[in-house]
Amino acid sequence: MKRVYPREEVCIGCHLCEIACIVEHSASKDIIRAFKAEVPRPTARNLVEEEGPVSFSVSCRHCNDPPCVQSCISGAMVKDYQSGVVRHLEGKCMGCWSCIMACPYGAIRKNPVRKTVIKCDLCLERPIPACVEACPNRALIFEER
Amino acid sequence: MEYVIIGSGVAAIGAVEGIRQWDATSPITIVSAEPYKVYGRPLISHLLAGKIREADIFYRSDNYYDLKGVKLLLGTRAVQILPDKRKVALSDGRMLPFDRLLIATGGIPFMPPLPGRDGPDVYTFTTLDDVRKLEALIGKAKKIVVIGGGLIGLKVSESLHDRGIRVTVVELADRILSTAFDPIAGEIIGKHLTEMGMEIILQNSVTEIVRENGHIRAVIMSDGTRRDCEAVVIAIGVVPDISLVEGTEIKTNRGILTDDFMETSVSGIYAAGDVAEVYDLLLGQRRVTPIWPAAYLQGQYAGSNMAGAKIAYRGSIPMNSIEFYGIPTVSIGLSNPAGENYEVRHVYLPEKKLYRKIVLKDNILMGAVLVGRIQRAGILTGLILNRIDCGSFQEELLKDDFGLINLPVEVRKKMLTTNP
Repeated sequence: MKRVYPREEVCIGCHLCEIACIVEHSASKDIIRAFKAEVPRPTARNLVEEEGPVSFSVSCRHCNDPPCVQSCISGAMVKDYQSGVVRHLEGKCMGCWSCIMACPYGAIRKNPVRKTVIKCDLCLERPIPACVEACPNRALIFEER
Repeated sequence: MEYVIIGSGVAAIGAVEGIRQWDATSPITIVSAEPYKVYGRPLISHLLAGKIREADIFYRSDNYYDLKGVKLLLGTRAVQILPDKRKVALSDGRMLPFDRLLIATGGIPFMPPLPGRDGPDVYTFTTLDDVRKLEALIGKAKKIVVIGGGLIGLKVSESLHDRGIRVTVVELADRILSTAFDPIAGEIIGKHLTEMGMEIILQNSVTEIVRENGHIRAVIMSDGTRRDCEAVVIAIGVVPDISLVEGTEIKTNRGILTDDFMETSVSGIYAAGDVAEVYDLLLGQRRVTPIWPAAYLQGQYAGSNMAGAKIAYRGSIPMNSIEFYGIPTVSIGLSNPAGENYEVRHVYLPEKKLYRKIVLKDNILMGAVLVGRIQRAGILTGLILNRIDCGSFQEELLKDDFGLINLPVEVRKKMLTTNP
């Protein structure tokens, strides 16, 4: 399956990937409305880690053998073996944080407005995930490896 | 090939999913004494607390078993395993033939002998039926004593307290959560629960349940203290339910012994979940690790190997993620090891109820305890499971915002740039 792979050599920590993710997961899909009018503001599903000159974006790896799915107590995390995507069914999530305890990438975070988690859905309805499209430096690559 | 699974918990589901990765068509039969489709067992405390509805507790969709080609025999007890004949005798008199069998009967609450124990209003808390029974007390009982200050005891206490019942927890040890957590974490949570209105009594044990005309009136403790109550919940531990294999050649210790392929001492018969003794990655020996993620994984490996995959399971580590009245906690691996070979460091801010502890041995992370802030805890889990040398960044492990950026660049790149 195609996944998002970061290239830290060329990431400049501009956070445009996070902004694109926020807009993509907003109700309006409009950058100004998403940031200025939507309450609460949508949360980015990726995270840019930064220290000095080093930076890179981390998001769900959609693992072949996902520890989050294995540890989920409510059945909210499911691996779709057809597409390979690890889906989070928010309606089934109870906010037990077992997936946060299990994910070796730290790619799952608490939803700041509901007692659930939030993570990358790989922008399934788009040909290329929004974060990848927004990156000015090709520091995020969407491909099969 | 005929697959039979005894038990319908998460280990059984892991097994179904393991089998179906390798064998898409052979029939699978699940036999379960419990009359329910698989449910999120740890969610029973949320249900009793009234935070979720009963329909929310079910772990897979209604048509899951049909989709996976699984025949369900719910409310049917397996009464005997006949390894030589490759058959399981069922409570309805039928004999179920199998080529590959998984025993995933789970655990049962340990019930200590106690004067006054037998009779109405003594409860346990491991099943959906337990919730239904306790639900009948809501609005009627005013005071309940919970015996045992472990995870199950504290979660049932919190749920009952949420529903307006006054709860006293009685714990034999000098601290609560003594199995999964360490003294400081136990102190933080104990203080928090006390502030929320629960009574926690340590270093004491219930020696008698006092009844009048059959009804519970009080408990008496070893120091002579008496607490009036109308019901008692016993939550001092869960033991593997190995009754089905007693008298067979399937070898047991505390639980059913398994090899690296989750197979028991009898070829073609496997065990997984809370009933099984499985290799512990950190202790290097076989033991029961009665936690949800381990049960799923053990089931998945058992199922894969039942279908002929021959893949070895690397072993389980204990891990728990539990929230107590808004304080999230995580414990992973060896949270409180004994001995001098371990290097233990922590950051503790009592007034903020924040605690972060790491346990290292020869620069390898062996355990962690997080209270209050648990974000990205799984990075620590990954370091433990993959035995990453933490020598060059062990100072960073104690930081709240510890991240992949703190890992050596070659470790991080391998993680982020290869097919996971």
